[in-house]
Amino acid sequence: MNTEGKVFKYGDNVDTDVIIPARYLNTSNANELAAHCMEDIDREFVKNVKPGDVIVAGWNFGCGSSREHAPLVIKTCKTGCVIAKSFARIFYRNAINIGMPILECPKACDEISAGDRVSIDFDSGVITDITTGKTYQAQPFPPFIQNIIKAGGLLAAIKNK
Amino acid sequence: MGMTMTQKILAYHAGLDSVTAGQLINAKLDIVLGNDITTPVAVNEFKKNGFDSVFDKDRIAIVLDHFVPNKDIKAAEQSKQCREFAGCHAISHFYDVGKMGIEHALLPEQGVVTAGDCIIGADSHTCTYGALGAFSTGVGSTDMAAGMATGMAWFKVPSAIRFELKGKLPENCSGKDVILTIIGMIGVGGALYKSMEFTGEGVASLSMDSRLCICNMAIEAGAKNGIFPVDDVALEYMKGRCEREPKIFVADPDAEYEKVIEIDLSKIVPTVSCPHLPENTRPASELHDIKIDQVVIGSCTNGRMEDMEAAYRVLAGKKVADGVRCIIIPATMAIYRECVQRGYVTAFIDAGAVVSTPTCGPCLGGYMGILAAGERCIATTNRNFVGRMGHVDSEVYLASPATAAASALTGYITEYKG
Repeated sequence: MNTEGKVFKYGDNVDTDVIIPARYLNTSNANELAAHCMEDIDREFVKNVKPGDVIVAGWNFGCGSSREHAPLVIKTCKTGCVIAKSFARIFYRNAINIGMPILECPKACDEISAGDRVSIDFDSGVITDITTGKTYQAQPFPPFIQNIIKAGGLLAAIKNK
Repeated sequence: MGMTMTQKILAYHAGLDSVTAGQLINAKLDIVLGNDITTPVAVNEFKKNGFDSVFDKDRIAIVLDHFVPNKDIKAAEQSKQCREFAGCHAISHFYDVGKMGIEHALLPEQGVVTAGDCIIGADSHTCTYGALGAFSTGVGSTDMAAGMATGMAWFKVPSAIRFELKGKLPENCSGKDVILTIIGMIGVGGALYKSMEFTGEGVASLSMDSRLCICNMAIEAGAKNGIFPVDDVALEYMKGRCEREPKIFVADPDAEYEKVIEIDLSKIVPTVSCPHLPENTRPASELHDIKIDQVVIGSCTNGRMEDMEAAYRVLAGKKVADGVRCIIIPATMAIYRECVQRGYVTAFIDAGAVVSTPTCGPCLGGYMGILAAGERCIATTNRNFVGRMGHVDSEVYLASPATAAASALTGYITEYKG
């Protein structure tokens, strides 16, 4: 499994209110919600994102609300991966549970620039910045979490058991 | 090696003699919670994955609180979906308009949660119930669906920061000032993935409403949970109220903490979090030139009886400043009723405030107090992110009910002097 695309870059503490403002949470329809993905931090994101593109951010990505709508809209926009220095814990859980790929890699987040083209190999955790030629090794998930990801999400993993 | 209070509760619910920080465990759940925003997503997932029954109809709580009484047609459809699911599975703790309240004020009040419980809720402020001595944490809708189906959840056992409280709060401060001060000290990621365990001789002087408020905002420091020891104050609160007997867990004397931070309660001052992060704290006394357009007193953080009392003490017999909208929202129907009975509602209305039935509404920019571009609100809520209460160019300042009420009277951020 891998992804390749252009980088959208954001700072620290990107919160769930800017990822998907609560004023749109009167629906659980993923496509309707996804039209507002990142709206309060980057009005151009939805217009410009292409399948496989990558969000690169700082510390504590996804802080705030428990709304699963946040990783869901990023996934529904066909974003290939979110790389951050760290994730807020509920966002981290939610992303894994719904099968939205995420990686923690502080060095990559410091060095990769907005607009760079990157490719990611999820099996090895290797991030390649095609624009600069540099590679980065993300922290691998523990086996327990890898099993959830492989099954396609938490509920599928429970069903498989 | 000893265990923290949180680790002990998790070990018990995982059926293990001991656990250590970083260990992945499966734990039995006492309560699984969802609201009108998160439950519909959980119900969709539950059905999509072919589950047809819940693990225990008495251990699931569904509270309609974010957008009720319904703010629009879409919100009404979401409530309807929750209502139908609750009816179909005979969920005993289903709270609809008329008996609902803001979930994190309601569940402790109704005795649905108790000491020693292991609780997940599809709402980030589920960490509130740590005030009763429970392990309680926010999760997403898929976790809620899995919890409803199996009665279990996976956790990574957290390490902990211990907050050693000493002294007694000044009269013009409350739990809100304590937790804002702490978040200002450690930052919004300061307790990421960790427990915040509050201990020390200062605990005894904190009311339950203050403890609930402090644990409520543990998530705003990134924490997995906040927790207080079960003392006489907590036992008195739970007596005759809780459905299940409180089970008391005590941290081992040799429990390992990543850090111990001493907090002298007597040194706490009225504190305000400035836009756009809860960690941007300043003493209220330094913000007297900040003009405000709106005041919100309520939410799962500060909509409890003690908070209404604080607002009443400041507002009774006074007038809200011209040009300021003051919105007061008791968090549950019981609190609302008590406010009516004690004459608070009359006093609030006479002061020029409005009083609403329970709703999360304005806190998350849902309805009932949305801000226009350039407007400023001082609120007793929990988040002041960009666009949290409305337009992306509006601002939210977080404060205690006393500070918010004092500010309503002047039209500027104002320290309540007592």
